[in-house]
Amino acid sequence: MIIRLILHLALLLLFAPMLNGIIIKTKALFGGRIGAPLLQSYYDLARLWRKGFVFSRTTTWVFLAGPVVGLTVPLLASLLIPFGALPAPISFEGDLILFVYLFALSRFFTVASALDTGSSFEGMGAAREVTFSCLAEPTLLFVLLVLARLSDGLSLDTLLGSHLLTAWHSDAGASLGLILVCLFLVLLVENSRIPFDDPNTHLELTMIHEVMVLDHSGPALGMILYGAALKMMVMGALLVRLAFPWQTGWWLSDALMFLAGLAGLAVLIGVVESIMARLRLPRVPQVLVGTMLLSIFALVLVLR
Amino acid sequence: MNNAKPLRFRNGFVVPLVELPHLDYAEFSESLLAEVAADARIASYFGRPLADGLEIYAILAHDWNGELSLLRTQVNGSFPSLTPLCPQLHLFERELAEQYGVRPDKHPWLKPVRFHKTWIDAADIWGRPHGKHPVPGDMEFYRVDGEEVHEVAVGPVHAGVIEPGHFRFQCHGEEVMHLEISLGYQHRGIEQMLIGGPHPSTIYLLETSAGDTTVGHATAYSQLLESLAGCESPLRAQAIRALALELERLANHVGDIGALAGDVGFLPTASFCGRLRGDYLNLTAELCGSRFGRGLVRPGGVGFDLDGTLPQTFVERLKILKRETRGAIDLCFDAPSVLARFEGTGLVRTDDAEALGMVGVAARGCGLVRDARLHHPFGIWEGGFDTPIIELDGDVFARGNVRRREINASLELINQLLRGLPQGPISQPLGPLAADSLALSLCEGWRGEVVHAAITDAVGRIDRYKIVDPSFHNWSGLSMAMRGQQISDFPLCNKSFNLSYCGFDL
Repeated sequence: MIIRLILHLALLLLFAPMLNGIIIKTKALFGGRIGAPLLQSYYDLARLWRKGFVFSRTTTWVFLAGPVVGLTVPLLASLLIPFGALPAPISFEGDLILFVYLFALSRFFTVASALDTGSSFEGMGAAREVTFSCLAEPTLLFVLLVLARLSDGLSLDTLLGSHLLTAWHSDAGASLGLILVCLFLVLLVENSRIPFDDPNTHLELTMIHEVMVLDHSGPALGMILYGAALKMMVMGALLVRLAFPWQTGWWLSDALMFLAGLAGLAVLIGVVESIMARLRLPRVPQVLVGTMLLSIFALVLVLR
Repeated sequence: MNNAKPLRFRNGFVVPLVELPHLDYAEFSESLLAEVAADARIASYFGRPLADGLEIYAILAHDWNGELSLLRTQVNGSFPSLTPLCPQLHLFERELAEQYGVRPDKHPWLKPVRFHKTWIDAADIWGRPHGKHPVPGDMEFYRVDGEEVHEVAVGPVHAGVIEPGHFRFQCHGEEVMHLEISLGYQHRGIEQMLIGGPHPSTIYLLETSAGDTTVGHATAYSQLLESLAGCESPLRAQAIRALALELERLANHVGDIGALAGDVGFLPTASFCGRLRGDYLNLTAELCGSRFGRGLVRPGGVGFDLDGTLPQTFVERLKILKRETRGAIDLCFDAPSVLARFEGTGLVRTDDAEALGMVGVAARGCGLVRDARLHHPFGIWEGGFDTPIIELDGDVFARGNVRRREINASLELINQLLRGLPQGPISQPLGPLAADSLALSLCEGWRGEVVHAAITDAVGRIDRYKIVDPSFHNWSGLSMAMRGQQISDFPLCNKSFNLSYCGFDL
């Protein structure tokens, strides 16, 4: 049990920043550049960690709570989700609700810490973040409902169990395909990727997630970046397990297959970011409502 | 109608001041408004302090006649503002008020422009403390009141590495109701430093009045001095100037399209155009050693010749660059996700563009044919340019597409220039400048028309030098373009205009 927990966390903590490195490398290749080294995200984190804290006099403890909660929540959430064929260290009936709302908790604190600065940009970013994520939330829940219908339990470990492979070959395959698309879009929204948000932009008026953390620096920014990387890996784990439900039975090959799946997902995100422009902001809610309808449709298909 | 028929000239004219009638202000305003009603637009409008008041010169462009007309009047203390009847004057009148402490009565938007002390010993009309440098951006901003209205202030320090400027948005949710732009952070007092010239440093000041339009401003200045000296630069020099001007246009337009793509997060075009812009700048560097064309254009000719194998190298490099540029740009203009962002964003109606007196790329994107190479030809273009490019929609796409088509046109023009490069000297010495005269020179820089005007004193020294960068006309266009738009689209609109802060601030 302890060994499984350590392996789970080690995979998460060590591999998560690599995903961003792979995305950046993919984008660089599309842009005709060599790009930053794969390990750049690790260097950045090390650099930020060595710096000191700078706090504005107008902020309170809430300002620091944002990054701290942002880092701990993905860690907690990761314990509930299986990494590929490796089962989740903690699992109980109904943990999927906890999984979804742990992220809501971290969002609440990120938004609160953004509002704490009193800056008009951060307020704007917070408003956008809240609007978009409350539109993304139903999609995620419907997706989990579809998975719950296909399995006979209400824990994420059961939901993403070995029955998925047979489910893909049954009538439910179409539904699984639909929710895979929905999950990918939710992943892009939640991790502020193109076409919903642009993680590289320096234009404060167009940012969503980035603008909320403009005033954080040093270790606090490091925590936010690391937390974001962990979040992407945790949400990616859901997607990867759904897309590659095979298992070999040996923990090492299972772990490697999981990591390969994640790397593939990162490349896919990189490709999407390279060939698409950002959506206009008013279009984002429309796309999210569309995704929600898609996931409802998937649910209808498995309920019939 | 008893208004005096104003004198009409062509680009590059010199007129002795004695030949210019003194109109009284009523006559002046009547003639000016009549001219504007007859399709003229304000090219330049500036004052010259005299012992007993302020002389105002208005230069109007009649584009389709290829003519410029000139009016002069004198005011003292305050005068009725013409802005309510002719909105394109609004910044010019504010400028006069700030520089000379005169008051345009009933000006609807009388605020400082560049935040500097008055140029002459006159009281500041806004009552700012005498002798102290005013704080830029320290003024009453337009405010919209209401419970759901919020104000967003951006700048002068921005998140990217760009010039400083302050933008004040009045927003209702994500929608912008009004944008007010306050500049002046880069005011260096260039026009003041030019008085008493030409000094040895004059050309360097002008080259840096807007760094990305180095060739444009240097060409306008050189032409001005040449007309004042009554000589013409050799044909070969004119061709090299035109070539450098088109290279400047190419570099900036390619960079702008890359930046537009970057703003909507479209990676490939953003990356490739950044590199290609560097390639075009390097071509300019091959010619004169400076990527921005510093030191190339000089009064009397050019400082560097396009000799030896250079023309051949240019032709070969441009052949490759043309293919690559087209590829990179078409990628962006063929992507539906990009077009969805460009089309319908940042609309300026043609009427508004005309009323605001917009020029250059931004005006041509609104369907106004305003291109000094066509209407007020200078240098090698006399009779040689017939392909102005216009787009009708007035949105970000139109401004982007004007650039795309101008890139293709410029590549063609450079090819023609390289094939028919005239032989001969590249420079000739200038004689003394005409005394007590007014000279004017227009040049189509990449952003739009650059207007320089100079008045000389009794010994042929510069007494007043007036620079009008295209940005001066166009910043109000950006404000108009933002009305009713999403605030998140502001960076995109701003980039589609890509106006100069320092060219405005001078």
